[in-house]
Amino acid sequence: MARGTQHETAQLDQVIVRFAGDSGDGMQLTGDRFTTSSALLGNDMSTFPDFPAEIRAPAGTMNGVSAFQVHISDHDILTPGDSPNVLVAMNPAALRANIGLMDKGTILIINTDAFEERNLAKAGYAENPLTDGSLSAYTVYEVPMTSITQEVCKEAGVKPRDAERSKNFFALGLVSWLYTRPIEPTLEWIATRFGAKPQVAEANTRAFRAGFDFGETAELFESNYEVRPATFEPGEYVQVTGNQAMAWGLIAGARLAGLPLFLGSYPITPASDILHELSRRKEFGIRTFQAEDEIAGIGAALGASFGGALGVTTTSGPGLDLKSETVGLAINLELPLVIVDVQRGGPSTGLPTKTEQADLLHAMYGRHGEAPLPIIAPQNPSDCFAIAIEAVRLAVKYRTPVIVLSDGYLANGAEPWKLPDLDSFEPIEPNFASEPNHMEEDGTASFWPYVRDPETLARPWAPPGLPGLEHRIGGLEKADGSGNVSYDGVNHERMVHLRRDKIAGIAKDIPLLEVNDESGDAQLLLVSWGSTYAAVAAGVKRVRARGMKVAHAHLRHLHPFPSNLGEVLGHYSQVMVPEINLGQLSRILRSEFLVDAKSMNKMQGVPFRVGEIESAITMLLGGNA
Amino acid sequence: MTTTAIPVTSRKDWSSDQEVRWCPGCGDYSILAAVQMLMPDLGVRRENTVFLSGIGCAARFPYYMNTYGMHSIHGRAPAIATGLATSRPDLDVWVISGDGDSLSIGGNHLIHALRRNVRINILMFNNQIYGLTKGQYSPTSEVAKVTKSTPFGSLDTPFNPVSLALGAEATFVARTHDMDRAHMQETFRRAHEHNGAAFVEVMQNCNVFNDGAFEKITGKEVRSNMLIPLKHGEPIVFGEEGQERGVAQRSDGGLEIVNVGEAGTAGLLVHDEQRDDPGLAFALSRLSRGPYEPTPIGIFRAVERPEYGTQMSQQIVQAQEKRGVGDLADLLRSGSSWTVD
Repeated sequence: MARGTQHETAQLDQVIVRFAGDSGDGMQLTGDRFTTSSALLGNDMSTFPDFPAEIRAPAGTMNGVSAFQVHISDHDILTPGDSPNVLVAMNPAALRANIGLMDKGTILIINTDAFEERNLAKAGYAENPLTDGSLSAYTVYEVPMTSITQEVCKEAGVKPRDAERSKNFFALGLVSWLYTRPIEPTLEWIATRFGAKPQVAEANTRAFRAGFDFGETAELFESNYEVRPATFEPGEYVQVTGNQAMAWGLIAGARLAGLPLFLGSYPITPASDILHELSRRKEFGIRTFQAEDEIAGIGAALGASFGGALGVTTTSGPGLDLKSETVGLAINLELPLVIVDVQRGGPSTGLPTKTEQADLLHAMYGRHGEAPLPIIAPQNPSDCFAIAIEAVRLAVKYRTPVIVLSDGYLANGAEPWKLPDLDSFEPIEPNFASEPNHMEEDGTASFWPYVRDPETLARPWAPPGLPGLEHRIGGLEKADGSGNVSYDGVNHERMVHLRRDKIAGIAKDIPLLEVNDESGDAQLLLVSWGSTYAAVAAGVKRVRARGMKVAHAHLRHLHPFPSNLGEVLGHYSQVMVPEINLGQLSRILRSEFLVDAKSMNKMQGVPFRVGEIESAITMLLGGNA
Repeated sequence: MTTTAIPVTSRKDWSSDQEVRWCPGCGDYSILAAVQMLMPDLGVRRENTVFLSGIGCAARFPYYMNTYGMHSIHGRAPAIATGLATSRPDLDVWVISGDGDSLSIGGNHLIHALRRNVRINILMFNNQIYGLTKGQYSPTSEVAKVTKSTPFGSLDTPFNPVSLALGAEATFVARTHDMDRAHMQETFRRAHEHNGAAFVEVMQNCNVFNDGAFEKITGKEVRSNMLIPLKHGEPIVFGEEGQERGVAQRSDGGLEIVNVGEAGTAGLLVHDEQRDDPGLAFALSRLSRGPYEPTPIGIFRAVERPEYGTQMSQQIVQAQEKRGVGDLADLLRSGSSWTVD
């Protein structure tokens, strides 16, 4: 790679870059490419795509701003970072929407071409911030990205209007130079992705190179920076998002169980990418069914499970509402079923593209009748793989629907993932019924669908096809054992207990809760679940570096809880539960264990910042800080 | 899967040990008997047969069949059946439903199952009333129906189930009634043989909440003059000897009932269930405005179209032929991967 001599290359241990522009400016793609080239360079990284629900909100307005934040480092990191070091603002609205995130002294790279009167007005700027002195606390680089892009594309015969669309590649080129990213992976990617449209490929290539060269030749930047590779455990790594890992984990789980995978789903943000990914992988024998609605999605999945397949449905909050009745049926039928809920802000349509953790109580209690089921949650994007396998294991072993609570942040966030040893996962035994299990009074052998395994309390799974095992199941209450319809009150109570005990018994079959308590004598315990893992773990690390003592425990199993949870909670005088909701887990902990679990809440559609966790801990520890 | 010869069975083999709990005199009994007696003749195995249902009186049906079965939730049986039938093409899947289950709460699932052409046999018992909830009007009840929930008369225009199914791109649409076992069995047999979604409306009497709803057309004395049997390839005629009437197409394309004695047989419409264009079948379904005018029964439409589950399976085979059977280790490396030593 050609490298200018007039610039020095300074070392950084980490950097947080935020790309912001119009929804149509390709900011997600730009961020994604920067992430991939950083991953290939060996940095640790974590990303946070932050975009509006509208595909194309009115151009130039605050509503249309789409951003992608990426944190790269030469050491182990957990979160996409609190405050960006660099903001790339493609227009005034992008600057105005994001300037609040920027600390004084950070870098703003601004596309000056977009800072004309109309755009300034659309963004609500009375004065041009580039000239009114309001940005004096920042290091501002003014770059006419649009016009340079148009200029370099003109030579290739691309019309200015078409060339304008390549300006994100100019920005990517410039930032790639600034952080000494290799250009080859991006050039190769452009060639592959736009191979069918040579003129677009040419325009993007030219724009990207022009951005890179601009950094090198324009005497604007004093230096560029290098973020060296992080030290990773040896192994093979890929970059993965939560939705991708979830889809792959479902495939892996079905494989481990030797079951065909059937996905019944209805498109919904932010879960659709799981449907997309599984739909592409038919060579794995997967049947994907885009149903007429959420109800049919889960219904078809349940029908497939009745037939001996692994039924899966994927959705987000509004879809989970609609699926509730079928979840109840699956609980009553006692058939395996995996329900993936990629949570987003609610209630109702809420914030489709923003993250939240507010479906926990719904997953736990959101059905009529006594209707318990296992609930598990991944702790980071790559953990979606293992959590999906765990969901399959529990569903198949205990003949039960299982709810997996992912969220928008995990679903779209990317990180490096050390590929697991696929042989390290235990096979999952479907244990299909193979013969009659009951002797009638007249001595004939028959099949009773509700005779339970004494250990797991699971009932036999007998898909159609075996003679002698014909049986009928349904949503009506059934007699213990025979499964015949029964309205007997005493039997109903017994069945309610059995269904509860079966799920509660899973506690014996999951790992004990591990507590990270470095000093061993912390008084404060932080409990995280789902995607709060990253910010809590990073926050704990920070306060420990300042000499504070704090313990951290993370729950992957939310129902039933690990059997030692009560004991763990009782060991600490203070317990705090940070959640992206009004305190749903803390409410459950308080009611189950009678502990004064303090709730820390945030409902802004974004994850906790590490700094927020740090301050909360500091405040709680008061004098110890 | 068993490869031995299909055992000879009788009605008894297909009847479960459960006591049938419909009201005495309910039309459902005769439909159940027709199905239980037909099954031994279909050349299918009990273990490969599944009866699925939603909610309603009709939905208790699976409990009485000695096959695999599921009594599910209101309106959702076509969706559940779609998952079962597409993932288990070896099974013979029957959906038993009612007018409320299929056309009210489950209307969406019904129309989509029909347009997709999933291989399921849907028998919809139409009694024009909600029976299980004790007598409210249904989506097939006539306008101004006085029921417990409509003491001043219902306002809704009813669905015509056959018209609805035809409009939903169904490939097999038929109508029969609970008073004629032979006709039911022939219709069900044809539904079973159809490779795709088959929709059968069974006009059924609810003797408790809507007694005699179809009496004007299905009653023994009136039947021959009020039911118009559709026979593929034959002119559409009905009525007692000497007073035969028939269906003819008017010059404007609409259908009318004519007196055969006056009009002759030459101008009568010859029924063609295999017509690709459903227009005439639709016109036939509109011939009667309700069960008080001469009403066509039989198979309105039976056309071939690729079956959904078969196509779903083919996509898997094609993907595997093209890319080989999926390898998980390769899948995980389908993006860029890098190695740390």
